[in-house]
Amino acid sequence: MTAKRQILDSIRGSLGRGALPPSRRAELEEALNHPHAAAVPARGTLPHPEQIALFMAMCVEMSASVDRVASKALVPAAIASYLASQNLPTRLVVAPALQALDWAAAPLLETRFGAALPIDPVSVTPVAAGVAETGTLVLCSGPDSPTTLNFLPDTHIAVIEAGQVVGGYEEVWARLRVDGRLVPRNINMITGPSRTGDIEQTILLGAHGPRRLHVILVDEHGG
Amino acid sequence: MHPTSHDFKANAHRAMRDEALQGALATLKKGFRAKRGVAVERLPEFEALRDAGRDMKNHVLAHLDHYLELFEAKVLAQGGHVHWARDAEEARRIVLDICRASNARTVTKGKSMVAEEIGLNAYLEKNGVRPVETDLGEYIIQLRDEPPSHIIAPAIHLNRGHVAQAFVKAHPQYPADRPLGEARELLDEAREVLRESFVTADLGITGANMMIAETGATIIVTNEGNGDLTQTLPRVHVVLTSIEKVVPTMEDATTVLRLLARSATGQEFAAYTTFSAGPRRAEDLDGPSEFHVVLLDNGRSNMLGGAFHDMLRCIRCAACINHCPIYGAIGGHAYGWVYPGPMGSVLTPALIGLEEARDLPNASTLCGRCEAVCPMRIPLPRMLRHWRGREFERHLQPGRVRLALKGWSWLVRHPTLYRLYTMAAVATLGMLGKRRGRFTSMPMAGGWTNTRDLPAPSARRGFMDQWATGRRR
Repeated sequence: MTAKRQILDSIRGSLGRGALPPSRRAELEEALNHPHAAAVPARGTLPHPEQIALFMAMCVEMSASVDRVASKALVPAAIASYLASQNLPTRLVVAPALQALDWAAAPLLETRFGAALPIDPVSVTPVAAGVAETGTLVLCSGPDSPTTLNFLPDTHIAVIEAGQVVGGYEEVWARLRVDGRLVPRNINMITGPSRTGDIEQTILLGAHGPRRLHVILVDEHGG
Repeated sequence: MHPTSHDFKANAHRAMRDEALQGALATLKKGFRAKRGVAVERLPEFEALRDAGRDMKNHVLAHLDHYLELFEAKVLAQGGHVHWARDAEEARRIVLDICRASNARTVTKGKSMVAEEIGLNAYLEKNGVRPVETDLGEYIIQLRDEPPSHIIAPAIHLNRGHVAQAFVKAHPQYPADRPLGEARELLDEAREVLRESFVTADLGITGANMMIAETGATIIVTNEGNGDLTQTLPRVHVVLTSIEKVVPTMEDATTVLRLLARSATGQEFAAYTTFSAGPRRAEDLDGPSEFHVVLLDNGRSNMLGGAFHDMLRCIRCAACINHCPIYGAIGGHAYGWVYPGPMGSVLTPALIGLEEARDLPNASTLCGRCEAVCPMRIPLPRMLRHWRGREFERHLQPGRVRLALKGWSWLVRHPTLYRLYTMAAVATLGMLGKRRGRFTSMPMAGGWTNTRDLPAPSARRGFMDQWATGRRR
């Protein structure tokens, strides 16, 4: 008997039944198409302007830094000024999704588009959403947003549009489902920079992932 | 790993005399415990989420076969592989076979308690594959060649000095007199050393906090980012997990995620929660080319429907461990196997047998704190009592204990005699201890008085007697 068969039989034996009847199986499978959220915290159901304020405040609480710009056109300059203020390298690896930004506006930045290499000091990525509840960024893998950008470089700069900020996590899942199916291969929920408490329960930032997470919120679309 | 649970008593005595360990354990109270309290206080919906989490997991367990098959179908449809392992031996062999098929010599590992459970590292090493633990705590204990002492903070029994010692020995590439007195210096060195492993590894192994039937994704929850580098950079990603960790939908997983970090470290949310569904796709610029999930049973399917069914709701947050007065006194190694604290005392006898683990169900005061903080509302004290009952039925306690229990059982079934006996005992103890109010030694009760005083009864009459008088009044 195969291992799979034996494990399933053992489960059924312990539960005192055979395989579920097809009608019950169909019912349970259909239920997956109507997922329901158990208890969404009230703090995730604020009006949108307050959600944005909560999102920014939670990001800071989770040790990320935040900046806010009026339009997408201002993002490269905001990146340049953040890196200068922190005395960080200006060599960027940027998600292909952000290739259309006006990089010429910040001539001091050296940009490359693609996945991250171990030598890349700074990455810039878009996000799929930001969750106000806990200041969590949601990023989806794909050719436009390679996963290595989120973890390899010392500094991760994430660009989020105001319209991408939602209250609770469930709103993101609803947005990501296409025809009822979740599409991305990897979904990364990121809440602050990398950290560890493994030495004497002292929390230190920058364990293996980015030492710094900088969030730039863009108020308007376009630009 | 080879269990030493049968030596629990000796282990515990040793642990209580270990000053370095006692110093490390003292951090639990102001660390995890205090932080959980604050996080729970900040979320008014926490109790409702606990109910929802319990109900959701109960539903899954009642239909476990179905959700596992759905999950498997999803993984296969996305180009991944699913392997079923009846026991530890089978799981080890599956992982080794994947390593061999992909010519992997060095594998990086994210933290996985299932890997500890099946003794994966020793097995891989024996067969020519070098596993490198990448979670900082796991890396430290791997260098020291010891098992984890806590399920989410594996090196909690150590201090900076221990870590510095291990690093000096393991990293000869650095000058021997470099400064390693600060946690920051230790972390930076580990980051640099492990970066090399992440980039050069052929294969990455992670555990999974959950699997989602709806999407065929596995979830890891970490703070360091090591799990993500482990699974993103090498060519092959192997997820090693156990059958009870499946949930139906993203929303169900979300309910657990809202409970998990708060219960574990007292964080609002862990730094990294990652959902992985299948290998890299045609257009992707990074990610593993192969995606394997190993589903371990190892006795879990036998726990369904029985006295320990509820234990399968466990999400391994360690809240019960962090709040257990016994764990706080002796740490994790004394328990002698992979899972310490209350959850371990329930799980270990089920997985490796009550004969080996017979002392563990007794390593509890049954104070109930574990159940009070368990996000999945697992009735841990009830199950510990259940194990104690089985020990008695199976004659696993020493004759002296059995005799005493039998005597006690007879006495409490004869209320009049019991009352006479306790009245006499209270009166005698009260009289003898009148002057000092306590006893520092007592025949036949050395186990108690060796390490603490026994308070003398202050009233001359027993509780029942006082109760009856109070009622009449």
